[in-house]
Amino acid sequence: MDLRENLKAKNAALSQKDNPQSIIQVKVTMATCGIASGSRPVYEYMKEELSKRNIPARVSQVGCMGFCYAEPTIEITMPGKGPLMFGFVNTKKADEIIERFIRKSEAIEGVIPMNYETA
Amino acid sequence: MARQIRIALRNCGVIDPERIEDYIARDGYMALAKVLTELSPEAVIEIIKKSGLRGRGGGGFPAGMKWEITRKVQADQKYVVCNADEGDPGAFMDRSILEGDPHAVLEAMTINGYCTGASKGLIYIRAEYPLAVERLKTAMSQSRETGLLGNDILGTGFNFDIDIRYGAGAFVCGEETALIHSMEGLRGEPTVKPPFPSVEGYLKKPTNVNNVETFANVPVIINKGWEWFSSIGTERSKGTKVFALAGKINNVGLVEVPMGTTLREVIYEIGGGIQGGKEFKAAQTGGPSGGCLTKKHLDTPIDYDNLIAAGSMMGSGGLIVMDEDDCMVAIAKFYLGFTVEESCGKCSPCRIGNKRLFELLEKITQGNGTMEDIDKLRNLSTVIKDTSLCGLGQSSPNPVLSTIENFMEEYHEHVKDKKCRSKVCKSLMQYLVVPEKCIGCTLCARNCPVNAISGERKQAHLIDQEKCIKCGACMEKCKFNAIIIN
Repeated sequence: MDLRENLKAKNAALSQKDNPQSIIQVKVTMATCGIASGSRPVYEYMKEELSKRNIPARVSQVGCMGFCYAEPTIEITMPGKGPLMFGFVNTKKADEIIERFIRKSEAIEGVIPMNYETA
Repeated sequence: MARQIRIALRNCGVIDPERIEDYIARDGYMALAKVLTELSPEAVIEIIKKSGLRGRGGGGFPAGMKWEITRKVQADQKYVVCNADEGDPGAFMDRSILEGDPHAVLEAMTINGYCTGASKGLIYIRAEYPLAVERLKTAMSQSRETGLLGNDILGTGFNFDIDIRYGAGAFVCGEETALIHSMEGLRGEPTVKPPFPSVEGYLKKPTNVNNVETFANVPVIINKGWEWFSSIGTERSKGTKVFALAGKINNVGLVEVPMGTTLREVIYEIGGGIQGGKEFKAAQTGGPSGGCLTKKHLDTPIDYDNLIAAGSMMGSGGLIVMDEDDCMVAIAKFYLGFTVEESCGKCSPCRIGNKRLFELLEKITQGNGTMEDIDKLRNLSTVIKDTSLCGLGQSSPNPVLSTIENFMEEYHEHVKDKKCRSKVCKSLMQYLVVPEKCIGCTLCARNCPVNAISGERKQAHLIDQEKCIKCGACMEKCKFNAIIIN
């Protein structure tokens, strides 16, 4: 019985630690399909460049987001905002995303509309 | 408006599949904790039964009923098997779930073990999915460390552990009896049911076999309740279905829609329509075991029963879209070619019958078919369906039957007029030089691999139809559009 409570507590602690409200979340699709179309260099690039440029962010690998036609795809959640997904991302596009979208909050091209609810 | 609801794919693209913390943070293993501490196995089975969850591997057998049958059989050892032998051309739902959310499958298998009385789980996965295997292994070792897998799970005294078995990629091994034989180290051949695996399966012990996607639905049903789950979908098909959209569609990808969504919504609203603005011709569901849905099915709600009524089947969820450039006779031949290669050869209707079907289709696509051949195709298909041993043979003639049913005129054209309107069947077409357009540059002649093109410089050339192998190289090279297909 306590273990279930334990799990719940763990839950709370975890979301505290990652502090999703105050940090930029970057998710890179890293399923076989994403990796095959080149998401690994994008993942490495985002990780390195964001820390090099002193932007506090959590870059994580995730599974397939389902947008095969636009791979590699990355999803970015700015603090306090909803997630935005970008398609056809290479390192050049990633640079544009960091400099223009993340740093200056400019609207840039390449956003994929997300049309689903999650259970 | 959001057309998609993601249940099985709820964590795919959201969590880091290699971090159990991410999964737990999204209510992962809460269902397992609830089941182990609050519910009896019978109560859990009742929830699954009431939810209306049906097997997502294709057949659509009620999952709760399968669990119950396995539970009721008395045995000293029982097994839970996860069928991850995904082999339909163009389908990749199970791989995506395993790569994006492996813990969901582990959690559901453990719940299933608790319900059926099994202490051992096996995941049968094809070795061609190395990343899925790697992530599963990572997930398994993480759950063991956290006390969510292994002995005395969550301190409740319940023991359950999971192991991986590799498949070599045979299509027939997705059939549960063949899958079990393959895991036992025998040839991957099916056997007659009954006895069903739920009664006598792996090592002759009761074995509950469910598909990856079926399992992925289970934790959500426990967490959110069967009432919620059964409020989604149609009367007899509850919940959602993941489809892998492929073929001539703009937004190729993975979608999860409520049962009862129409083909039109999937193709035009979610899939973004047909590539190049061309016209929709057909959609193949269920891969080589399914049939094609046509324009007249565009507004049919997709669920298990409607697809069967339309001469197709749900299958594992591949949805291949075809446009006006696809020849339906050639498509039927393609699928039969696949079946002929993948038939295990144990029973003769499947081994010999499908080969004969393939030969007849080949004859028709080469322009040598007769009207009797079409009748023969139909009769033979019916016999194969009625007499084959397992699901592979019982469904393999579906592409033939449904293309005959829906595109009879194309068969007629191939047989009577020796024409292929989609310009796919090479034997039925001729490459011709239009003398008025040809300036005699000799480019085509120089590029022809079989030297079938003759003609003097600056004079119209000629293609020798006897020699021509219809590779199309000349047409590609010609700068003056002087070569056409007749």
